[in-house]
Amino acid sequence: MEMRRVLICVALMAIVTYIPRVLPLTLFRKPIRSKYIRSFLDYTPYAVLGAMTFPDVFFSTGSLTSAALGTAAALYLSYKGKGLVTVACAAILVVYLAELL
Amino acid sequence: MNWKREFVRGLKDGLPIGLGYVPVAFTFGFLAVSGGLPVWVACLISFSNLTSAGQFAGMNLIFAGSGYFEVALTTFVINLRYMLMSLSLTQRIERSMGTIKRMLAGFAVTDEIFVVASLNPGTLKAPYWFGLIALPIAGWNLGTFMGAAISDFLPLALQNAMGIALYGMFIALIVPASRESVSILIIVLIAVAVNCALQFIPAFSFISSGFRIILATFAGAGAGALLFPKEEEDYVKREAV
Repeated sequence: MEMRRVLICVALMAIVTYIPRVLPLTLFRKPIRSKYIRSFLDYTPYAVLGAMTFPDVFFSTGSLTSAALGTAAALYLSYKGKGLVTVACAAILVVYLAELL
Repeated sequence: MNWKREFVRGLKDGLPIGLGYVPVAFTFGFLAVSGGLPVWVACLISFSNLTSAGQFAGMNLIFAGSGYFEVALTTFVINLRYMLMSLSLTQRIERSMGTIKRMLAGFAVTDEIFVVASLNPGTLKAPYWFGLIALPIAGWNLGTFMGAAISDFLPLALQNAMGIALYGMFIALIVPASRESVSILIIVLIAVAVNCALQFIPAFSFISSGFRIILATFAGAGAGALLFPKEEEDYVKREAV
Protein backbone atom coordinates (compact mmCIF):
# COMPACT_ATOMS: atom_id res chain seq x y z
CA MET A 1 0.00 0.00 0.00
CA GLU A 2 1.34 3.39 -0.93
CA MET A 3 1.86 5.34 2.26
CA ARG A 4 1.53 8.80 0.73
CA ARG A 5 -1.95 8.00 -0.60
CA VAL A 6 -3.03 6.47 2.72
CA LEU A 7 -1.92 9.51 4.69
CA ILE A 8 -3.69 11.92 2.32
CA CYS A 9 -6.87 9.86 2.72
CA VAL A 10 -6.51 9.96 6.51
CA ALA A 11 -6.06 13.74 6.43
CA LEU A 12 -9.14 14.14 4.21
CA MET A 13 -11.18 11.94 6.54
CA ALA A 14 -10.08 13.96 9.55
CA ILE A 15 -11.04 17.25 7.86
CA VAL A 16 -14.50 16.19 6.68
CA THR A 17 -15.20 14.68 10.11
CA TYR A 18 -14.16 17.83 11.95
CA ILE A 19 -16.00 20.39 9.80
CA PRO A 20 -19.61 19.36 10.48
CA ARG A 21 -18.83 19.02 14.18
CA VAL A 22 -17.30 22.39 14.67
CA LEU A 23 -19.04 24.76 12.24
CA PRO A 24 -22.41 25.18 13.97
CA LEU A 25 -20.81 25.25 17.40
CA THR A 26 -18.41 28.08 16.58
CA LEU A 27 -20.43 30.12 14.08
CA PHE A 28 -23.94 29.91 15.45
CA ARG A 29 -24.48 31.51 18.85
CA LYS A 30 -27.96 33.00 18.75
CA PRO A 31 -30.81 31.49 20.72
CA ILE A 32 -33.37 30.00 18.35
CA ARG A 33 -36.82 31.52 18.92
CA SER A 34 -39.08 29.23 16.88
CA LYS A 35 -40.64 26.79 19.32
CA TYR A 36 -40.79 24.11 16.63
CA ILE A 37 -37.08 24.28 15.81
CA ARG A 38 -36.17 24.41 19.49
CA SER A 39 -38.37 21.42 20.24
CA PHE A 40 -36.88 19.60 17.26
CA LEU A 41 -33.35 20.17 18.55
CA ASP A 42 -34.39 19.19 22.08
CA TYR A 43 -35.87 15.93 20.87
CA THR A 44 -32.87 15.14 18.63
CA PRO A 45 -30.88 13.16 21.23
CA TYR A 46 -33.77 10.77 21.90
CA ALA A 47 -34.34 10.13 18.21
CA VAL A 48 -30.58 9.62 17.66
CA LEU A 49 -30.45 7.19 20.57
CA GLY A 50 -33.36 5.14 19.32
CA ALA A 51 -31.99 4.99 15.79
CA MET A 52 -28.50 4.05 16.96
CA THR A 53 -29.72 1.28 19.23
CA PHE A 54 -32.39 -0.52 17.25
CA PRO A 55 -32.06 -2.75 15.32
CA ASP A 56 -28.22 -2.59 15.52
CA VAL A 57 -28.05 -3.94 19.09
CA PHE A 58 -29.26 -7.33 17.84
CA PHE A 59 -26.19 -7.67 15.59
CA SER A 60 -23.67 -6.38 18.13
CA THR A 61 -22.55 -9.75 19.51
CA GLY A 62 -21.66 -13.24 18.24
CA SER A 63 -25.27 -14.37 17.80
CA LEU A 64 -28.79 -13.03 17.60
CA THR A 65 -29.83 -15.06 20.65
CA SER A 66 -27.11 -13.76 22.97
CA ALA A 67 -27.77 -10.20 21.78
CA ALA A 68 -31.51 -10.57 22.41
CA LEU A 69 -30.86 -11.89 25.92
CA GLY A 70 -28.45 -9.04 26.64
CA THR A 71 -30.97 -6.51 25.32
CA ALA A 72 -33.71 -7.99 27.50
CA ALA A 73 -31.47 -7.74 30.57
CA ALA A 74 -30.62 -4.11 29.75
CA LEU A 75 -34.28 -3.20 29.20
CA TYR A 76 -35.35 -4.83 32.46
CA LEU A 77 -32.59 -3.27 34.60
CA SER A 78 -32.97 0.20 33.15
CA TYR A 79 -36.73 0.01 33.67
CA LYS A 80 -35.90 -0.75 37.31
CA GLY A 81 -33.89 2.47 37.36
CA LYS A 82 -30.34 1.05 37.43
CA GLY A 83 -27.47 3.29 36.27
CA LEU A 84 -25.54 3.30 33.00
CA VAL A 85 -22.52 1.30 34.13
CA THR A 86 -24.63 -1.33 35.91
CA VAL A 87 -26.86 -1.84 32.89
CA ALA A 88 -23.93 -1.99 30.44
CA CYS A 89 -21.95 -4.44 32.59
CA ALA A 90 -24.98 -6.66 33.20
CA ALA A 91 -25.65 -6.79 29.46
CA ILE A 92 -22.03 -7.81 28.81
CA LEU A 93 -22.24 -10.50 31.47
CA VAL A 94 -25.50 -11.94 30.13
CA VAL A 95 -24.13 -12.04 26.58
CA TYR A 96 -20.88 -13.64 27.76
CA LEU A 97 -22.72 -16.37 29.66
CA ALA A 98 -25.15 -16.92 26.78
CA GLU A 99 -22.26 -17.39 24.35
CA LEU A 100 -20.47 -19.85 26.62
CA LEU A 101 -23.53 -22.12 26.77
CA MET B 1 -13.48 24.57 43.11
CA ASN B 2 -16.63 24.81 41.06
CA TRP B 3 -14.57 24.15 37.92
CA LYS B 4 -13.13 21.02 39.46
CA ARG B 5 -16.52 19.70 40.57
CA GLU B 6 -18.02 20.14 37.10
CA PHE B 7 -14.98 18.49 35.51
CA VAL B 8 -15.20 15.47 37.82
CA ARG B 9 -18.94 15.19 37.18
CA GLY B 10 -18.10 15.09 33.46
CA LEU B 11 -15.43 12.44 33.99
CA LYS B 12 -17.95 10.24 35.80
CA ASP B 13 -20.53 10.58 33.05
CA GLY B 14 -17.85 9.84 30.46
CA LEU B 15 -16.63 6.63 32.09
CA PRO B 16 -19.28 4.29 30.63
CA ILE B 17 -18.78 5.84 27.19
CA GLY B 18 -15.04 5.31 27.44
CA LEU B 19 -15.53 1.69 28.49
CA GLY B 20 -17.98 1.14 25.66
CA TYR B 21 -15.56 2.59 23.11
CA VAL B 22 -12.73 0.17 23.91
CA PRO B 23 -14.16 -2.93 22.18
CA VAL B 24 -15.38 -0.95 19.15
CA ALA B 25 -12.00 0.73 18.74
CA PHE B 26 -10.32 -2.62 19.37
CA THR B 27 -12.20 -4.06 16.41
CA PHE B 28 -11.17 -1.08 14.29
CA GLY B 29 -7.49 -1.43 15.20
CA PHE B 30 -7.59 -5.15 14.57
CA LEU B 31 -9.21 -4.80 11.13
CA ALA B 32 -6.90 -1.94 10.11
CA VAL B 33 -3.78 -3.97 10.85
CA SER B 34 -5.13 -7.20 9.35
CA GLY B 35 -5.90 -5.19 6.21
CA GLY B 36 -2.28 -4.12 5.92
CA LEU B 37 -2.00 -0.74 7.67
CA PRO B 38 0.87 -0.20 10.12
CA VAL B 39 -0.06 0.08 13.81
CA TRP B 40 0.83 3.78 13.93
CA VAL B 41 -1.49 4.61 11.01
CA ALA B 42 -4.39 2.80 12.71
CA CYS B 43 -3.70 4.87 15.84
CA LEU B 44 -3.37 8.06 13.79
CA ILE B 45 -6.78 7.50 12.21
CA SER B 46 -8.47 7.03 15.59
CA PHE B 47 -6.62 9.99 17.08
CA SER B 48 -7.50 12.40 14.28
CA ASN B 49 -11.02 11.17 13.43
CA LEU B 50 -12.59 10.02 16.71
CA THR B 51 -15.63 8.49 15.08
CA SER B 52 -16.74 4.93 14.45
CA ALA B 53 -18.83 4.62 11.29
CA GLY B 54 -16.77 7.19 9.36
CA GLN B 55 -13.49 5.52 10.22
CA PHE B 56 -14.66 2.03 9.29
CA ALA B 57 -16.03 3.27 5.98
CA GLY B 58 -12.93 5.36 5.21
CA MET B 59 -10.65 2.44 6.00
CA ASN B 60 -12.57 0.14 3.69
CA LEU B 61 -12.30 2.69 0.88
CA ILE B 62 -8.56 3.01 1.48
CA PHE B 63 -8.27 -0.77 1.17
CA ALA B 64 -10.44 -0.77 -1.95
CA GLY B 65 -8.10 1.74 -3.60
CA SER B 66 -10.78 4.44 -3.97
CA GLY B 67 -9.97 7.98 -5.06
CA TYR B 68 -9.58 10.94 -2.74
CA PHE B 69 -12.92 12.45 -3.68
CA GLU B 70 -14.83 9.28 -2.92
CA VAL B 71 -13.10 8.88 0.44
CA ALA B 72 -13.83 12.49 1.41
CA LEU B 73 -17.44 12.49 0.19
CA THR B 74 -18.42 9.18 1.79
CA THR B 75 -16.89 10.09 5.14
CA PHE B 76 -18.51 13.51 4.96
CA VAL B 77 -21.99 12.11 4.31
CA ILE B 78 -21.64 9.62 7.15
CA ASN B 79 -20.58 12.43 9.47
CA LEU B 80 -23.21 14.97 8.43
CA ARG B 81 -25.29 13.95 11.44
CA TYR B 82 -22.71 15.68 13.65
CA MET B 83 -23.87 18.97 12.16
CA LEU B 84 -27.33 18.42 13.60
CA MET B 85 -25.85 17.51 16.99
CA SER B 86 -23.49 20.47 16.94
CA LEU B 87 -26.41 22.78 16.14
CA SER B 88 -28.42 21.29 18.98
CA LEU B 89 -25.48 21.86 21.34
CA THR B 90 -25.33 25.58 20.43
CA GLN B 91 -28.61 25.95 22.28
CA ARG B 92 -27.33 24.21 25.38
CA ILE B 93 -23.72 25.25 25.79
CA GLU B 94 -22.89 28.31 27.91
CA ARG B 95 -23.03 31.36 25.66
CA SER B 96 -19.88 32.89 27.06
CA MET B 97 -17.69 30.04 25.79
CA GLY B 98 -14.96 31.45 23.54
CA THR B 99 -14.14 30.45 19.97
CA ILE B 100 -10.98 28.47 20.78
CA LYS B 101 -12.78 26.45 23.44
CA ARG B 102 -15.65 25.83 21.03
CA MET B 103 -13.22 24.61 18.37
CA LEU B 104 -11.68 22.19 20.85
CA ALA B 105 -15.06 21.12 22.21
CA GLY B 106 -16.39 20.47 18.71
CA PHE B 107 -13.69 17.91 17.98
CA ALA B 108 -15.32 15.48 20.41
CA VAL B 109 -18.93 15.66 19.24
CA THR B 110 -19.77 11.96 18.86
CA ASP B 111 -23.19 10.32 19.02
CA GLU B 112 -22.64 9.04 22.55
CA ILE B 113 -21.00 12.14 23.99
CA PHE B 114 -23.68 14.33 22.44
CA VAL B 115 -26.48 12.26 23.89
CA VAL B 116 -25.07 12.10 27.41
CA ALA B 117 -24.30 15.82 27.41
CA SER B 118 -27.75 16.69 26.07
CA LEU B 119 -29.62 14.65 28.64
CA ASN B 120 -27.98 16.67 31.40
CA PRO B 121 -30.38 19.28 32.76
CA GLY B 122 -29.40 22.94 32.56
CA THR B 123 -26.68 24.80 30.67
CA LEU B 124 -23.65 22.84 29.50
CA LYS B 125 -20.52 24.27 31.06
CA ALA B 126 -17.06 24.01 29.51
CA PRO B 127 -15.44 22.08 32.41
CA TYR B 128 -18.23 19.50 32.37
CA TRP B 129 -17.83 19.02 28.62
CA PHE B 130 -14.05 18.62 28.81
CA GLY B 131 -14.41 16.14 31.67
CA LEU B 132 -17.03 14.25 29.73
CA ILE B 133 -14.89 13.82 26.61
CA ALA B 134 -11.63 12.83 28.36
CA LEU B 135 -12.29 9.15 29.03
CA PRO B 136 -14.08 8.42 25.73
CA ILE B 137 -11.07 9.87 23.86
CA ALA B 138 -8.73 7.78 26.02
CA GLY B 139 -10.83 4.64 25.51
CA TRP B 140 -11.06 5.14 21.76
CA ASN B 141 -7.30 5.55 21.34
CA LEU B 142 -6.35 2.86 23.83
CA GLY B 143 -8.77 0.37 22.27
CA THR B 144 -7.40 1.06 18.80
CA PHE B 145 -3.84 0.54 19.96
CA MET B 146 -4.70 -2.71 21.75
CA GLY B 147 -6.57 -4.05 18.74
CA ALA B 148 -3.77 -3.05 16.39
CA ALA B 149 -0.86 -4.22 18.54
CA ILE B 150 -2.13 -7.34 20.25
CA SER B 151 -5.06 -8.64 18.32
CA ASP B 152 -5.42 -11.87 20.32
CA PHE B 153 -5.61 -9.98 23.58
CA LEU B 154 -9.22 -10.92 24.39
CA PRO B 155 -10.89 -14.30 24.05
CA LEU B 156 -13.52 -14.25 21.32
CA ALA B 157 -16.48 -14.78 23.68
CA LEU B 158 -15.49 -11.72 25.70
CA GLN B 159 -14.90 -9.62 22.57
CA ASN B 160 -18.36 -10.59 21.34
CA ALA B 161 -19.90 -9.83 24.70
CA MET B 162 -18.31 -6.39 24.87
CA GLY B 163 -19.93 -5.51 21.57
CA ILE B 164 -23.16 -4.90 23.45
CA ALA B 165 -21.64 -2.46 25.97
CA LEU B 166 -22.48 0.77 24.13
CA TYR B 167 -25.99 -0.40 23.35
CA GLY B 168 -26.59 -1.36 26.97
CA MET B 169 -25.70 2.19 27.86
CA PHE B 170 -28.03 3.61 25.21
CA ILE B 171 -30.87 1.50 26.56
CA ALA B 172 -30.13 2.78 30.06
CA LEU B 173 -30.54 6.30 28.66
CA ILE B 174 -33.68 5.70 26.59
CA VAL B 175 -35.78 3.68 29.01
CA PRO B 176 -35.96 6.05 31.99
CA ALA B 177 -36.70 9.04 29.72
CA SER B 178 -39.40 7.12 27.83
CA ARG B 179 -40.90 5.95 31.08
CA GLU B 180 -41.22 9.49 32.30
CA SER B 181 -42.62 11.05 29.12
CA VAL B 182 -44.99 9.52 26.58
CA SER B 183 -43.93 12.05 23.93
CA ILE B 184 -40.31 10.88 24.20
CA LEU B 185 -41.41 7.26 23.97
CA ILE B 186 -43.33 8.04 20.77
CA ILE B 187 -40.35 9.96 19.31
CA VAL B 188 -38.02 7.04 20.04
CA LEU B 189 -40.45 4.54 18.50
CA ILE B 190 -40.83 6.61 15.32
CA ALA B 191 -37.05 6.93 14.94
CA VAL B 192 -36.61 3.19 15.49
CA ALA B 193 -39.37 2.32 13.02
CA VAL B 194 -37.89 4.55 10.30
CA ASN B 195 -34.39 3.22 10.96
CA CYS B 196 -35.60 -0.42 10.73
CA ALA B 197 -37.55 0.30 7.55
CA LEU B 198 -34.51 1.90 5.90
CA GLN B 199 -32.29 -0.97 6.96
CA PHE B 200 -34.50 -3.92 6.08
CA ILE B 201 -36.45 -2.83 3.00
CA PRO B 202 -34.19 -3.80 0.08
CA ALA B 203 -35.16 -0.73 -2.00
CA PHE B 204 -33.36 1.46 0.58
CA SER B 205 -30.18 -0.61 0.77
CA PHE B 206 -28.18 2.14 -0.97
CA ILE B 207 -28.55 4.39 2.09
CA SER B 208 -25.45 4.40 4.30
CA SER B 209 -25.69 3.82 8.05
CA GLY B 210 -24.81 7.46 8.80
CA PHE B 211 -27.52 8.71 6.49
CA ARG B 212 -30.07 6.30 7.96
CA ILE B 213 -29.50 7.86 11.37
CA ILE B 214 -29.98 11.34 9.92
CA LEU B 215 -33.29 10.38 8.28
CA ALA B 216 -34.55 8.53 11.36
CA THR B 217 -33.60 11.47 13.56
CA PHE B 218 -35.43 13.93 11.31
CA ALA B 219 -38.51 11.71 11.36
CA GLY B 220 -38.51 11.18 15.13
CA ALA B 221 -37.54 14.65 16.32
CA GLY B 222 -39.60 16.28 13.52
CA ALA B 223 -42.73 14.39 14.48
CA GLY B 224 -42.03 15.27 18.11
CA ALA B 225 -41.71 18.98 17.33
CA LEU B 226 -45.00 18.99 15.40
CA LEU B 227 -46.96 16.81 17.83
CA PHE B 228 -45.53 18.03 21.14
CA PRO B 229 -43.94 21.49 20.66
CA LYS B 230 -42.51 22.79 23.93
CA GLU B 231 -43.95 26.10 25.07
CA GLU B 232 -41.82 29.14 25.77
CA GLU B 233 -42.19 28.74 29.57
CA ASP B 234 -40.25 25.48 29.47
CA TYR B 235 -37.25 27.44 28.26
CA VAL B 236 -37.53 30.45 30.53
CA LYS B 237 -36.98 28.09 33.44
CA ARG B 238 -33.91 26.62 31.82
CA GLU B 239 -32.29 29.94 30.98
CA ALA B 240 -32.85 31.14 34.53
CA VAL B 241 -30.71 28.26 35.84
